[in-house]
Amino acid sequence: MTHTNVLTTLDYLENPTKKALRKQFGEVLAELGETMESLVVLDADLSCSTQTKMFADKFPERFFNQGIAEMDLVNTAAGLATTGKVPVLSTFALFASGKAWEAVRNTVCYSDLNVKIMPTHSGISLGEDGASHQSIEDIALMRVIPNMTVLVPSDAVETDRMVRWAIQEHVGPCYVRLVRTNWPVIHDESYQWTPGKIEVMRDGSDITLAATGEPVYHALLAAERLQKDHGISAEVLNISSIKPFDEETLVKSAQKTGRVITVESHQVLAGLGGAVCEVLSEHHPTPVKRLGTQDRFGQSGTQGPLFKEYGIDWEAIVNTAKNW
Amino acid sequence: MATIEMTPSSTNVNTRTPGKSRPSVTELEKIATRLRLEALTMIHAAQSGHPGTSLSCMDILVALWFAHMRHDVTQPDWVDRDRFVLSKGHGAPALYAVLMEGGYIPWEEKLTLRQIHSNLQGHPASRYVKGVDVSTGSLGQGLSCAVGMALGHRLDNRDARVFALLGDGESQEGNIWEAVMSAAHHKVSRLTAIVDRNHLQIDGDTEKVKALGEMAPKFSAFGWNTLEIVGHDYTEILNALDQADKLAETTDRPTVIIANTVKGKGVSFMENKAQWHGVAPNDDEFAQAKAELEARL
Repeated sequence: MTHTNVLTTLDYLENPTKKALRKQFGEVLAELGETMESLVVLDADLSCSTQTKMFADKFPERFFNQGIAEMDLVNTAAGLATTGKVPVLSTFALFASGKAWEAVRNTVCYSDLNVKIMPTHSGISLGEDGASHQSIEDIALMRVIPNMTVLVPSDAVETDRMVRWAIQEHVGPCYVRLVRTNWPVIHDESYQWTPGKIEVMRDGSDITLAATGEPVYHALLAAERLQKDHGISAEVLNISSIKPFDEETLVKSAQKTGRVITVESHQVLAGLGGAVCEVLSEHHPTPVKRLGTQDRFGQSGTQGPLFKEYGIDWEAIVNTAKNW
Repeated sequence: MATIEMTPSSTNVNTRTPGKSRPSVTELEKIATRLRLEALTMIHAAQSGHPGTSLSCMDILVALWFAHMRHDVTQPDWVDRDRFVLSKGHGAPALYAVLMEGGYIPWEEKLTLRQIHSNLQGHPASRYVKGVDVSTGSLGQGLSCAVGMALGHRLDNRDARVFALLGDGESQEGNIWEAVMSAAHHKVSRLTAIVDRNHLQIDGDTEKVKALGEMAPKFSAFGWNTLEIVGHDYTEILNALDQADKLAETTDRPTVIIANTVKGKGVSFMENKAQWHGVAPNDDEFAQAKAELEARL
């Protein structure tokens, strides 16, 4: 059974409508800037890539390009937050979470400041630039910091809801992990995102596919193929709120299916796979197989071959499920 | 610019009192001597902390908080208050002493420095202490925060000023120079950075650990106004702060004050000794320091 607000028919999934998450992000910023005087945006010389340029062009006085200086980017945003501004900062995920990690930890999170870190180009799908630019550790780096909220949207619609919530309703440090790719839309326009909850996108009884970010689409596709080709009923969980983590919904699914496969464009160590194992081992020990980068760096390539190489596309999920 | 000066009173030196003149240099020196002793008392009680920097930056802090900055302890979150960032967060005991004198922290908390469940963390934490807007301690981060504050004020058309106190050793951090570039680029003239140039860091002479050289020309090259003073001479400190106010009106550049100081200032055996960077005095040493400081009160 599929939930009504999800575009999950096999026909659709094999030929989906696509929209870039970062484009949605840029559009929302430019829209919110019209009514929200306190909204300020900062970037580190990547505003064309991250799409913060849409805001910068409309509100140049409220946009600050900090140049190629990520510690400065984060700490300046922190200073702006102390004056009542709502700063959104963006750059590539590796630099926001990695190069500036200690500023995020010591200035933003320790001071519990209302800074929104919304970088793009996370995971391996940024592609051709290769491992030096592919953040496969950012979920781990961000979720381990006290006071931080960590969100990973699966498509442009969820990005829209999440970015609005993080800026307009949530108060405190928040990390929203965006990607470069033009990606399949898997939620219809009526979709209402519930903060802090796992979205059960498809009910199933034999196995749980727990995914975050781009791989949620692959999990849906895999579930349809498992049903059609192998008679396996897969439940699909979209874990878009990494922190806080909806333990109840995960445990309920694991109790029903007894097996869980996690999928992420990230290291399985300390990422979604790690988080799922932490929760299950404490509340309902369940066998888990983790798909993601298996403790190795990414490499140059395009998204499709990379997802295949690193075993996070629908075929890898199908093979893992049917051979289990 | 409508700067409101403050005058110390016997009960609360921090009350905003428009129209009154600054405390005299002699009065400021007395306050600083008393607060040097308070900072050392905290560090001695904790048997942990940073005496050298607390003593070297005390005169700058006293001048800022009791003779220059616009703030009001009865409304610590007043939006038009001037902001202060202690980027060299290990000067916390000095800042806590100043904030106690100013009424932001109760004196009763004095002996809790660095103890469990205390508001007086080893380095200033905004969640525990009024008067601290952003947590510091990891070096190099405060100047960017100060730039952000200045940008926020400017967007709201507030004339509040922002002051950031930097260490000289701290200025080996790359983030300081990222912020130096940003401040000049964004033309935040109402930002004043003060460098506590005491020439010592944990491992010794700054010029031997990693030479900073002449600091004013470095800032100047990045597009800042620069002033250089003796950081224990109140006439020089206050003149420089007034000069920075004027420069904020007449230029579009931020201003740095290189304040040449003596690490451990005011306690003879601690002065210019790197080993007093992060070591607490024992009972005998504290008694001697106390006697020296009390003799000047």
